[in-house]
Amino acid sequence: MRVMAQMGMVMNLDKCIGCHTCSVTCKQAWTNRAGTEYVWFNNVETRPGQGYPRRYEDQDKWRGGWDLNKRGKLVLKAGGRVKKMFGLFASPVQPELKDYYEPWTYDYKTLVDAPLGDDFPVARPKSLITGEDTKVTWSANWDDNLGGSAENGHLDPLVEKVRRESEDKIKFAYEQTFMFYLPRICEHCLNPSCMASCPSGAIYKRVEDGIVLVDQDKCRGWRQCVTGCPYKKIYFNHKTGKAEKCTFCYPRVEVGIPTVCSETCVGRLRYLGLFLYDADAVTAAASVTDPQELYDAQMDVLLDPNDPVVQAEARAQNIPEDWIDAAVRSPVYALAKVYKVALPLHPEYRTMPMVWYVPPLSPVVDLLRDQGHDGEDHGNLFGAIDALRIPVEYLAELFTAGDADRVTAVLRKLAAMRSFMRGISLGNDPDESIPESVGMDGQTMYEMYRLMAIAKYDERYVIPKAHVEQAHDLEEMGCSLDFDGGPGMQDSSPFGEASGRPVPVAVDTFNALKDRQTTDEIAAGTSLKGRVNLLNWDGRGAPPGLFPDKGPEPDTLAAAEDQP
Amino acid sequence: MPFATPPLETSPFETLPFETQPSAAVELSALDIVLWGVLPYVMVVVLVGGLIWRYKYDQFGWTTRSSQLYESKLLRIASPLFHFGLLAVIAGHFFGLVIPMSWTEAVGMSQDFYHFNALFVGGIAGIGTLGGIVLLIYRRRTTGPVFMATTKNDKTMYVVLTAAIVFGLWTTLASVFEGEHGHNYRETVAPWFRSLFIFQPDLTAMAAAPFSFHLHTLVGMALFIIWPFTRLVHAFTAPMHYLFRPYIVYRSRDREGGRTGGRPGTRAGSRSGTNAAENPNAPAARRGWSPVGTQDRDTRNR
Repeated sequence: MRVMAQMGMVMNLDKCIGCHTCSVTCKQAWTNRAGTEYVWFNNVETRPGQGYPRRYEDQDKWRGGWDLNKRGKLVLKAGGRVKKMFGLFASPVQPELKDYYEPWTYDYKTLVDAPLGDDFPVARPKSLITGEDTKVTWSANWDDNLGGSAENGHLDPLVEKVRRESEDKIKFAYEQTFMFYLPRICEHCLNPSCMASCPSGAIYKRVEDGIVLVDQDKCRGWRQCVTGCPYKKIYFNHKTGKAEKCTFCYPRVEVGIPTVCSETCVGRLRYLGLFLYDADAVTAAASVTDPQELYDAQMDVLLDPNDPVVQAEARAQNIPEDWIDAAVRSPVYALAKVYKVALPLHPEYRTMPMVWYVPPLSPVVDLLRDQGHDGEDHGNLFGAIDALRIPVEYLAELFTAGDADRVTAVLRKLAAMRSFMRGISLGNDPDESIPESVGMDGQTMYEMYRLMAIAKYDERYVIPKAHVEQAHDLEEMGCSLDFDGGPGMQDSSPFGEASGRPVPVAVDTFNALKDRQTTDEIAAGTSLKGRVNLLNWDGRGAPPGLFPDKGPEPDTLAAAEDQP
Repeated sequence: MPFATPPLETSPFETLPFETQPSAAVELSALDIVLWGVLPYVMVVVLVGGLIWRYKYDQFGWTTRSSQLYESKLLRIASPLFHFGLLAVIAGHFFGLVIPMSWTEAVGMSQDFYHFNALFVGGIAGIGTLGGIVLLIYRRRTTGPVFMATTKNDKTMYVVLTAAIVFGLWTTLASVFEGEHGHNYRETVAPWFRSLFIFQPDLTAMAAAPFSFHLHTLVGMALFIIWPFTRLVHAFTAPMHYLFRPYIVYRSRDREGGRTGGRPGTRAGSRSGTNAAENPNAPAARRGWSPVGTQDRDTRNR
């Protein structure tokens, strides 16, 4: 057993209102630069829907993730090492910009500058790629809230699959349909196929917290990772020619604060915490034959942080005490393995994803309410979960490789929790039969309710800090994501765009700080010496020093010094 | 220049089959000395020095700068055509320049057979490469986003690269039409090329070569001189180690700790090797999570 720590995230999909705040704040923080206009480290998809990039889940086309070969050995779906090397000159399976969308802005200046005329000036859309006028035909979230789903709904690869395998059709008629939101970030997998695909070895997993990063200096732009990632969460920066991906906001996590997407989440649906897992068991777990057993295999890889044997082993691996303690208090471990309500996204890709989802019960509850039933009575809910096969099967395609029973079990737990807690808040005695019907006891169910409904900041985000002893390395660690026009970018180098070394943030701030501390000037660069304090001014006349100097002329300064 | 004073009398290479008979008939001009005696070494200094300098200071700019995101259809044909063609061309250059005529004759390869092979295979490779780069340039010019992403540096590079290919193909095709009476570069250019490595450039041999070979050689040297400063550098980081590296790459934030064996209360930096608790002195076995090939730049600079 080799115990390693992994930062993980759980998202409770019932709480997601699809406001896209996480996407926007993430973009502001990380991809607000030239070359990454189309890059969304975090995006929110409406499901059913095609997702971003379009139909990324269709692995017959995109060849992401892992497969088992005839001998049952784990191989990259896009092909082995030799095949990849031969495909290096033009990546054979590569999403183009049209599979994402052509980013655009609007010509706002026309609104102000347009000459007087009979027509209102119009801000035309301009492509951010060509700079030409463009026609907006698709975006990162074109099918938001089932927009256009009556025509495009069947293009969702999961809808296709469910339709193939079941008699019923997923309905896109307004009254019969269902939907929910799926926020997605990089999964920071235990068995990442992007990393395995990278010819340069530039993608790495951090030993300490399992965050997967791209070394911007080592990336040579071979683009195999884009093909390798089945979630299509590695993007190619078309300005720098390097791959970029979600960083799990590692500079924030290192100092113990949550990722930007978690911090700004309006619904507070994200949980952050540690998993302890057995690194030696990952490959075997990812090689399980039946895709529907991958969930169980993944569960077995996760270790119980309360187990003294695991703790002893963790100490032997030099995992510090406060990290073990954080693992014990980890909300993500509780949701995934103790309560077993969080499920991994597409376990069938065999990457062992570490961002988990509590499947949404709301399509079922909403439907019951609309039909005039009591949506929180557990009898009604249990019956409805079984009867409403289509949402469950769809969720099963997302989270359990099609095992509908597993999703049903989770939804029943959520339904039971609602009924159980409603009874309590109505002043009734806790009805122990409800938790028992889903294999839990009242106490555990109450704790689960606490965590899922009213957990405070410190309970949702249990993030152990990186250690001070490592501070010297943290300064220069990881991606040197730069900003447009910043050092090392664009025209600042003779080799064209994006060459040269970016100035590390630490050096930049160090110099700024030193300047501030040693300069003779105050911040604004002008001295207040000799200026009239308006509180003491009697209002008569304009004494010298009432207005700021135009320049540092010695005569004026000398005159000003005469004033009291 | 340190290589300006080779050990003339006691050269250990004298007995090697590098040299052919000196072509004393050709008179050397000063230009010949500069072009074939000095420029090659200048080129090597610029190439090697430039590469080292860029590797040290411009890792971030060291990339293929792929434009496949903008356009894929043409690239899927043109780029492999160009690259595979180029690999064949490089192999051909190796065969023609490095392997002496006496060796191929020693294994019973007739001059005619060699000549036919070189022209036939070399011609196909050359035409493939040229077709590839013409397609690539056409694509670059006609696809809006790709053209916009083209820098002046790129344009200069394309001119030199295309010129090198065109002139190279010219030398090949010229010998096809000249047939039997064509120039045998294995008696002029190749001995000169080999003599460069022992710092005794055989200027007379090279000077005897026809103009087309001179031109191709000059443009080739120009290409190698600009090489480190263009996007072509990606060729020098061809990821051959991918064939051997472990799939999953682990890296530690704290490699100092790893070196000192881990301080109490900290995590050991590089958790590669055997379990420290079990066997602290055993040599580290290579595990899947050992750092490979790549080191952080701060470690490099330390």
